[in-house]
Amino acid sequence: MKLRESPAFKVALSLSFATGLYGVSFGALSVASGFDVWQTMALSLLMFSGGSQFALIGVVAGGGSGIAAMTAAALLGLRNGIYGMQMNAMMHPRGWRRYAAAQFTIDETTATALGQPDPHEQKRGFWTAGLSIFVLWNLFTAVGALAGDAMGDPKQWGLDGASVAAFLGLLWPRLKGREPWAIAAACALATVLAVPFVPAGVPILIAGVVAGTLGWLSHGRSDEGMEPDVDPYGHGHGHGQAHGHRGQD
Amino acid sequence: MELWIWILVACAVAYATKLAGYFVPGKLLKSPRMTRVAGTMTIGLLASLTVVNATAAGQSVVLDARLGALAVAAVALWLRAPFLVVVLSGAAAAAGLRMLGWS
Repeated sequence: MKLRESPAFKVALSLSFATGLYGVSFGALSVASGFDVWQTMALSLLMFSGGSQFALIGVVAGGGSGIAAMTAAALLGLRNGIYGMQMNAMMHPRGWRRYAAAQFTIDETTATALGQPDPHEQKRGFWTAGLSIFVLWNLFTAVGALAGDAMGDPKQWGLDGASVAAFLGLLWPRLKGREPWAIAAACALATVLAVPFVPAGVPILIAGVVAGTLGWLSHGRSDEGMEPDVDPYGHGHGHGQAHGHRGQD
Repeated sequence: MELWIWILVACAVAYATKLAGYFVPGKLLKSPRMTRVAGTMTIGLLASLTVVNATAAGQSVVLDARLGALAVAAVALWLRAPFLVVVLSGAAAAAGLRMLGWS
C-alpha cells in the first residue's frame, strides 16, 4: 500500500497537529510557572509525555518542591508502562527500535496503533504518530515557550486560569461514566482538605494515593482513565467506542 | 540548578517507566489490577492538579478569578471545544475577571 493511502498514516498526521497545539499551551505555561526556555524544551524532548509534563510544572507553579513535582510526574507516567507492554506484545520491536519505541510510547501513539485492525498498519500507525507528534510537540513547545517568555506578567494575561483550564481539559476525556466522576470528586475533595495541613505539592500525591487505593480495591473497567487526550479516531465522548479500540492486546 | 536536577531525574524516571513495559515479563504488568490502578491514578492526579491550580495559594485555599476560569473551561469542554480554545477561554476568563476587579 502506498503511504498516502494508508489509513494509519492519515490518522497519525492529523493527530500530530492536534497534539502539537497542546505543545503551545505547555510551552507558554511552563515559562509562566518559572521554568526557563531550555528547561521547558528539555521536558518536551526528554520526558515527552504531556500529562506528566503539565503535572511537573503545575506542582512547581503551586510552590511545591522539586521532589514532589518529580513524584507527581512519575505517577502520572505509570500508564505509559502499561502501554509499553501492549505495544511490545503487538509489534515485538528488536534492538535499537525497542529503545526508540519506548520514548514514543504515550496515550496518542498507543491509541493510534490499537485502532488499526491490520498488524502492518498498527506498526505504521505507531511509528508515524510517534515521529510526527515528537517533532511537532517539540516545535510547538518552543513556539509557546518563546511567546510566553515575551509576554511578561503571566497573571495579567490570565495564564494561571489557562493552566486550570488545561488540567480540566486533560481530565475531561477520561470522565466517561459515573465511576471516573466519583474518583475525580473524591480526589478533588481530598486535595482541598489536605492543602492547609501539608506542604504545597503534597496534596496532589495524597490524591494519587487515594485514587490508586480506590482502583486497587474496587472492580470496574480495567482500562479506566486510559483514554488519550486527543482521540485519534474522533469518537468524542462515547463510552463504548473509546472502550472498543482499547480492549485488544 | 536544583530544579534542573529534578527535571532530569523526572525525565529519566519517565523513560524508565516506558521502557519497563518492553522488558518486564508481560505477566507482571498484565494484571488487570495494575492497569486499573494506573488508570484511576491518572484520573485522581489530574483532578487534584485541576483543584490545586484553581484554589490553592501556598497552604491556603483561596477563591479568586481562577474559579471563573474553571467554570468557563468546563462550559467550553461541555460544548466540545478543542483543547487550545479551552485553554484560551480559561485565560480570558481569569484576565477578564481581574480587570473587573475580582483578584
